[in-house]
Amino acid sequence: MPETAPRPIRHGSSIGQPLTRRDGILKVTGAAAYAADHHPPGMLYAVMAVSRIARGRVTHLDVAAAKSHPGVVAVMTPQNKPALARHPDEKTDGFTFRLDLLQDDRVRYANQPVAVVIAETLEAATEGAALLDPAYEAETPAVGLDSSEPFTPPAIGVGDPADMATGDVESGLAAASRRIEATYETPAQYHNAMEPHAVVATWDGDTLDLDMPSQGLAMAQARIAGLFGIAPSDIHIRSPFLGGGFGSKGMIAGPQVLGIMAARLVGRPVKLVMSRPQMFGPVGHRAPTRQNLRLGAAEDGGLTALDHETLTATSTFDDFIEPSGGVSHTLYAAPALATRHRAVRLDTGTPLFMRAPGEASGSVALEGAIDEMAEACGMDPLAFRLRNYAETEPASGKPFSSKALRECYARGAEAFGWSKRPLAPGRMRTPDGLLVGWGVGTATFPALMFQAEARAVLTATGEAAVAIGAIDMGQGAWTALAQIAAEELGLSIEAIDFRIGSSDLPNGGIAGGSAHTATAGTAIKAAAADAIAQLTALATQDRRSPLYGAGNAGVIARGGRLVRRDDETRSEAFAEILARAGRDAVEGKGAAGPDAAREHYAMHAHGAVFAEVTVDPDLGQIRTTRLVGAFAAGRIINPRLVRSQYYGGMIWGVSFALHEQAVMDPRTGRPMNANLAEYHVPVNADVPALEAILVEEEDPHVNPLGIKGVGEIGVTGSAGAIVNAIWHATGRRVRTLPVTLDKLL
Amino acid sequence: MIPFEYVRATDVAGAVASGAEPGAAYLAAGTNLLDLMKGGVSRPTRLVDITRLPGLAAVARRDDGSVRIGALARNSDLAHDPAFAGAYPAVAEALLSGASAQLRNAATAAGNVMQRTRCPYFADTASACNKRRPGTGCDAQGGETRLHAILGWSEACIATHPSDFCVPLVALDARVEIAGPAGTRTVPLESFHRLPGDAPERETVLEPGDLITALVLPPEAAGFSGHSRYLKVRDRTSYAFAVVSAAVGLRLEGGRIAEARLALGGVALKPWRAREAEGLLAGRAPDESAFRDAADAALTGAEPSGDNAFKIELARRLVVRALHRAAAGTPERLPALPGSVLAPAPEAPHA
Amino acid sequence: MSVDIVLTVNGTRRTIPLPDLRTTLLDLLREGLHLTGAKKGCDRGQCGACTVLVDGRRINACLALAISLDGAEILTIEGLAEGDRLHPVQEAFIAHDGFQCGFCTPGQIMSAVGLIREAQAGNDPERVREAMSGNLCRCGAYAGITEAVLEAQQAMIQQSTGQRPAGRQGEAA
Repeated sequence: MPETAPRPIRHGSSIGQPLTRRDGILKVTGAAAYAADHHPPGMLYAVMAVSRIARGRVTHLDVAAAKSHPGVVAVMTPQNKPALARHPDEKTDGFTFRLDLLQDDRVRYANQPVAVVIAETLEAATEGAALLDPAYEAETPAVGLDSSEPFTPPAIGVGDPADMATGDVESGLAAASRRIEATYETPAQYHNAMEPHAVVATWDGDTLDLDMPSQGLAMAQARIAGLFGIAPSDIHIRSPFLGGGFGSKGMIAGPQVLGIMAARLVGRPVKLVMSRPQMFGPVGHRAPTRQNLRLGAAEDGGLTALDHETLTATSTFDDFIEPSGGVSHTLYAAPALATRHRAVRLDTGTPLFMRAPGEASGSVALEGAIDEMAEACGMDPLAFRLRNYAETEPASGKPFSSKALRECYARGAEAFGWSKRPLAPGRMRTPDGLLVGWGVGTATFPALMFQAEARAVLTATGEAAVAIGAIDMGQGAWTALAQIAAEELGLSIEAIDFRIGSSDLPNGGIAGGSAHTATAGTAIKAAAADAIAQLTALATQDRRSPLYGAGNAGVIARGGRLVRRDDETRSEAFAEILARAGRDAVEGKGAAGPDAAREHYAMHAHGAVFAEVTVDPDLGQIRTTRLVGAFAAGRIINPRLVRSQYYGGMIWGVSFALHEQAVMDPRTGRPMNANLAEYHVPVNADVPALEAILVEEEDPHVNPLGIKGVGEIGVTGSAGAIVNAIWHATGRRVRTLPVTLDKLL
Repeated sequence: MIPFEYVRATDVAGAVASGAEPGAAYLAAGTNLLDLMKGGVSRPTRLVDITRLPGLAAVARRDDGSVRIGALARNSDLAHDPAFAGAYPAVAEALLSGASAQLRNAATAAGNVMQRTRCPYFADTASACNKRRPGTGCDAQGGETRLHAILGWSEACIATHPSDFCVPLVALDARVEIAGPAGTRTVPLESFHRLPGDAPERETVLEPGDLITALVLPPEAAGFSGHSRYLKVRDRTSYAFAVVSAAVGLRLEGGRIAEARLALGGVALKPWRAREAEGLLAGRAPDESAFRDAADAALTGAEPSGDNAFKIELARRLVVRALHRAAAGTPERLPALPGSVLAPAPEAPHA
Repeated sequence: MSVDIVLTVNGTRRTIPLPDLRTTLLDLLREGLHLTGAKKGCDRGQCGACTVLVDGRRINACLALAISLDGAEILTIEGLAEGDRLHPVQEAFIAHDGFQCGFCTPGQIMSAVGLIREAQAGNDPERVREAMSGNLCRCGAYAGITEAVLEAQQAMIQQSTGQRPAGRQGEAA
């Protein structure tokens, strides 16, 4: 079933063109249907009751009160929940996270679901959930990084080792003429995509139909299949549009499974949408960190050692360790380099990937410390970074597959006007006497590659149907991937029936790690090549074709025709080739995955972000008045969309530097600002001037399309640049994020 | 939200009769009430919809020079009323520094006065709160207190009143017109909100059935129009509650301050009028030393109620800043970022 | 306890049964009328994703009780375009890439339409930013949003010579 049929676009179509979004009309007219916008016939509403304690047991739920509320149909509790085929705490692989699915009466974090009320109306379900009024046996929760003894995690991030060292850091520090040690702290942050997690679930026997935002359809399908003991192919998930994901929709979230369970329980379709406060618990977060950096430098500013130790947190019942040290592996040429990660267990929901997981928190600390060392050396912070430019990846010694960071520094500095920056802090003021500061941060993010499959069908009309279960969570897959398909098939984009966002399409992999365009795009490229090869074989082996005898390598697809390379006057339309061959279509299949080049090269996107802040000298209020980012990320499919990704990332940098933090009550372990009025993310007025420069970069190794990914890099560098600019404005190094005004008084 | 009875009032007397019933609450725009009902903080069993009461949305200038702001005047309409904003620029600036354009379009003048604290422990029904459930204690103390009160708080309650609008109003001696079961009366806004003491659940002087029908600014309130500002320190450039705010009105005569008005927001459970500071300013030249004295006086008795000692010094500095800005003259046009301390200083003073 | 209210929704006057008095305008639009363009991002007036025009003014539909709006005129994102002809604000949002995920977009656009009608911001980007600050965008499309509002407002002023029906144009001059 076609979830969407993006209407024709109005501009050019091939790779590199700044097409406007093909889903634009749907989105600006309100016609783009997100999960919670669906209403299958007979649908009921489910609302969760969540825990008000962070640790302990639920001792009582007033089920009778909830059931007596008019309109309430059922109350799902640990006692009557549908049986699951697999325990929600069973881990089958590293990407399986433990879920809270009413398995028992234990509470292991605040806002954990403890029951679900299902009703005829949303109002009844909502009040029914309130009437449950749980009673608890509360235990003292572990809150904060000092609450328990740190342990060495077996792995960090998605499986990297906790500790890494090259060279002898202690000797490097001892040999240094300048040393700094700085401890940066970053708070817990919650993804808070504008769209709360939701599901509309409909069972038909043992087949399951879902409208559900998901960054990874096949993984969600597999997880649901395992939990309910049904075949993945009996689960259909539609996710054509996500209202943002940022990592929190990478794995199916517990509340979404609860919606499916509720539908099972009542035998009717059920819609479950999380409330905003409920988003601060069961759907992941960025864990707090405390990062201690020790740097040594020689007289000339060359780093002699870099030591980056991270203390972070995970939940009491599962592991996700924020890999903050990773940025130190790649950015600066320190001959001796060590990173370590330790963690404590807190009574929180399990942390998860959140836009630039590890890189974002690590970058702000590293960029701050690098700035401190530049200051210690009396050097311009940009000159210091250039002095320590890594020609090969410091941790691995591998060459970079490409690295245009120098150009990023140069072009960003030029656009920003960096050369006019006074070295000393506190020297610039507005005419009104407000302090002005300029700072820089280096951006970096790995160029990853996951696995995906795609299908490209050339049809008798000379058009194509391209299908892949890819995901558009705002980055622009509807547009960019279609551009790749058009390019590789030699068709105009209007001639392609392009489908994504549904689990009955070939597995498009996960939209994460800034790797989706590269991965899904490569699969589409391969599928297109397969289809064109089949078509070429039909033509070149047919004596009636003007392409007869040209051989597969002898033709190219362009404008809906195959054209001989050696004689462009000889060509034939796709439709003619198929018609003569008596074929309705040729179907190409393609797949993508990491290849051997990854063994030989370090693959990263890079960038440089320059920030200007204005600070009130007496009152401490801060505003980021200008941000200029220059980024090199390989081949750019659509510069309009890429610029938006950079802007978005840079605004996340503003948010990281100045705004975001979950405020935990130290006694109860509950987030006390679990709403969007008090959990601040930037508003429009917080980001007056943004500029993103797209620095050209060709990468022959990273993947067949030369794409590095742009979704997360903008967060890195930006937050550090802002924190450094605050120092430059005020002379104050604030090392506890976010930098709120009270820290400057 | 619990089911409720809905009564659409057509006249004030009927509204008051209906609103006097136990469990009743008045509904105007509902921007605060619905929020509280969704959070389970307010659970009225009857909503008396006053939005159709005739005549209550008007802003009327009276012959004596006073102005009567109808209870149902929308925040944005009031702020954008050129005559009103010209006469009471700090009130307009305060209104426009609050919330968002959407909320200002809906929220009413009386609703703004009646809004409840943003203390997270008040909003959270799982926390002990003497204001929400008398006698249960105050979980804010020892908890997250960065934005809590520094003036007028008690062991029972350390919350603050969140209104911007009320701060210049209280400085300008606004009065609250109330219709109640026993008839109509007016009370000074300054004594309308109560400090917590040992009964923080009694937030205002309103009795059951009492309905605010108007806010009245006295004739002399317009005398400060040439030198008035509202400044609001906040954690975002816009759409954030005040960390601390200050409303200032000055009457300058012959290079001296003839009369000063000063009130603080975000510091106490009520808009905080700084009368002692006003007295110190009278007769002084509008300079740094006078302003510092006033700031010290305004914060006399201030004490942290938790991790918020910074607010005392912040408030002092803000008072000085607001006095300087007011002395420099009310801007011809409201700044692009109303109330923002980071907005450029006004180019062309009015008057 | 079902009562009827009368609303004019996107130009059509209709009598709407209200089975539950607790229903907000947002829930009525989304769950009752299946006008799902307005989004629920917070349900507490903190994000602006539910912005619609009520009697010509932009408000948060999540904090308005439907029954209290009996008789009102509602304009939602679904009623903004004229057939296939997009409203200038919609056009400008596409042209300036004023959105990514699109979830906050209906609210942003309705807020922008309201802002232009309010005619307080003029062509000052700073005033537009301030006036759009009640609409959160987690993707961070603010730069494009501000450009789109300014451009659409200009376009509407230029078109205000009578090419478009009254009420479409901003009064800004």
